[in-house]
Amino acid sequence: MGEIIKVGMADLKVCKAPDGLTTLGLGSCIGVVIYDPSSGVCGMLHCMLPDSKAIKNNENIYKFADTGMDELLRLVLAKGAARSKLVAKMAGGAQMFSFGSAPTDFNNIGARNAEAVAAKLKEFNIRLLARETGGNKGRTIIFDPATYMLTIKAVGVPVHEI
Amino acid sequence: MLNLDEMNQMQLDVLKELGNIGAGNATTALSKILDAKVDMKVPKVEMVGFSEITNIIADEETIMTGILLLLEGDVNGMMMFLLDMPSSRKLVNSMLLRDAESDDPTDFDDMELSALNEVGNIITGAYLSALSDLTRLTIVSSVPSLRIDMAASLLSIPAIEFGKVADKVLLIDTEFDDLSAIKGYFVLVPDLESYEVMLKSLGL
Repeated sequence: MGEIIKVGMADLKVCKAPDGLTTLGLGSCIGVVIYDPSSGVCGMLHCMLPDSKAIKNNENIYKFADTGMDELLRLVLAKGAARSKLVAKMAGGAQMFSFGSAPTDFNNIGARNAEAVAAKLKEFNIRLLARETGGNKGRTIIFDPATYMLTIKAVGVPVHEI
Repeated sequence: MLNLDEMNQMQLDVLKELGNIGAGNATTALSKILDAKVDMKVPKVEMVGFSEITNIIADEETIMTGILLLLEGDVNGMMMFLLDMPSSRKLVNSMLLRDAESDDPTDFDDMELSALNEVGNIITGAYLSALSDLTRLTIVSSVPSLRIDMAASLLSIPAIEFGKVADKVLLIDTEFDDLSAIKGYFVLVPDLESYEVMLKSLGL
């Protein structure tokens, strides 16, 4: 792999093989990568919340699954990806803490983030080749555009690829 | 509503003082549990972007114990107490009179985790009761929830909550000083309206 570009929280980065993408310590957020194997163009979004329309302060479009995914698609196309070749993988959306008494929108934020990203991919007609979402563990993900594998690291679990 | 970008020095100083009093009381409680000297640094009141919050305490992938409480009443928001793994082991050993050495997260059994959660409960309780006494505000906390995981994944939870109302997170954080036996951090993240309530309660 060339340079591994770091994607922060509420952030998005696009690059081209041999460079790869990573985001560290995803909790309830989602890390989603869309890529075009024919050109090696790939992009990763790290979004925190499912829906920009449900929230007043939505200037940072990378914060949300809906606006973030729109921008992710726009930027990988601008970088030269072929629209019809795009495929996707995603991970994250864990429920790190749980409280019996908490409102459900606190307890299931990870699952709602995952569903919001999956729904956007469906709307774009981009195939989701692999996903590892839910559970209660944080995840670090690394995407290598040479192999198209998304490596996942989590505490107490062997490193694995999807 | 409170404008994050227009807070004045006076307001920031008062928030810092709140952190000071809360953490001071918590530090005393911790000293008693450990029967050792624990002191803290001057608290920081910081406004950080989402990209920074994940490594404000430690590198993103540093494994830590996070104990989270949800706050309700006059002050809404979250409080998180973070401990590094050697300190987690030390505290568990003090509580249970054990002398286990491993601080690998998978080596903590259920009883040890529950002891750690109880430490978190006592310490955050001490912090919040000092805060409540000073401001005369009612602060009701949930039972604590404990998770050992990467620092970034733990801190993403308050970040998401604050992300619903802002593009930055305003937090009051306090750490123990370098001479203390324990490496731990308090992160208090009230929601925006609660900041106003707290400041008003002190006449600002």
